[in-house]
Amino acid sequence: MEPIIIEGTPKTPSIKFDARDGVFEIKGRSIPENSVEFYKPLNEWLDNYMQGPLDKTVVNIRLEYFNTSSSKCILDVFKRLEAIHRSKHDVEINWFYEEDDEDMLEAGEDYDSIIKVPFKMIEIVE
Amino acid sequence: MSFDLENLVSDLDIRGAILYFKGNVDSEVINKALDLVEGKLLKTRETPRLRKKVYNVLVESLQNLYHHADRIPRGYHASRPDRFGLVVLEKIGKGYRVTTCNFVGAAGVKELEEKLTRINRSTPEEIKELYKEILNHQEITAKGLGGLGLLDIARKTGHRIDFRFKRYDDLNTAFRLSAVVAPA
Repeated sequence: MEPIIIEGTPKTPSIKFDARDGVFEIKGRSIPENSVEFYKPLNEWLDNYMQGPLDKTVVNIRLEYFNTSSSKCILDVFKRLEAIHRSKHDVEINWFYEEDDEDMLEAGEDYDSIIKVPFKMIEIVE
Repeated sequence: MSFDLENLVSDLDIRGAILYFKGNVDSEVINKALDLVEGKLLKTRETPRLRKKVYNVLVESLQNLYHHADRIPRGYHASRPDRFGLVVLEKIGKGYRVTTCNFVGAAGVKELEEKLTRINRSTPEEIKELYKEILNHQEITAKGLGGLGLLDIARKTGHRIDFRFKRYDDLNTAFRLSAVVAPA
């Protein structure tokens, strides 16, 4: 399965989902007006990955900003990861947030309370 | 004098504003506004936390206009009829105020007023729970997630959202919304 790699822009995050090592990353800003359009290929890729996931999948989320339109799309990504976890495969989500960015920490905690996947909050200290 | 959306912000210091825009709020306008404001905020001595909050609230406010501003009333002068709005970002005291204005079809006024009244009556914990409830259970639509933007603004500011309506005609109402981002 080919990895999905998308370069970041000022309004959309960089994406690197690689089924060879099971390490997925979403990094940067996610503030497009139409988030559904941006996340659609990502969720389609995950639908394929779900058919034969690796024993362990690690997901790193390093977002600086994201809008409410992206928040639902990110949840859709997490729900697919939750399904992988339910099928007895290890999934770990690392939610990175900058020091003092309580809003980003809270956003991670929101997802942690909704999604039943091991969630790790990691503070980035500058 | 005929009505202009600017009439709704006559009490604000538009000339001294960090950002002022009136017109069609499309993607390009949003990009330019965000670039401009980010650059200006970086030149201040504000904490990264406050800068990020202001930026976040501005993103949601501009995208609220993009997704939810109704068409302008017939007879109202504007270069384009859709996504017409006004946005002002001001420095007030130690914080910042984001104000947006747009037209709302008469049929949508009651629902919007009820939504904002409910948010303003809710505690921070209730707002957080409502946000999660909508996030988890509501399907996304072409217009985004109903009300999540307003809840996010309320969460990020921790303040009451100020809003007012001004009837334009039987079918259209002008709407103003202001949110204040203050240091912790």
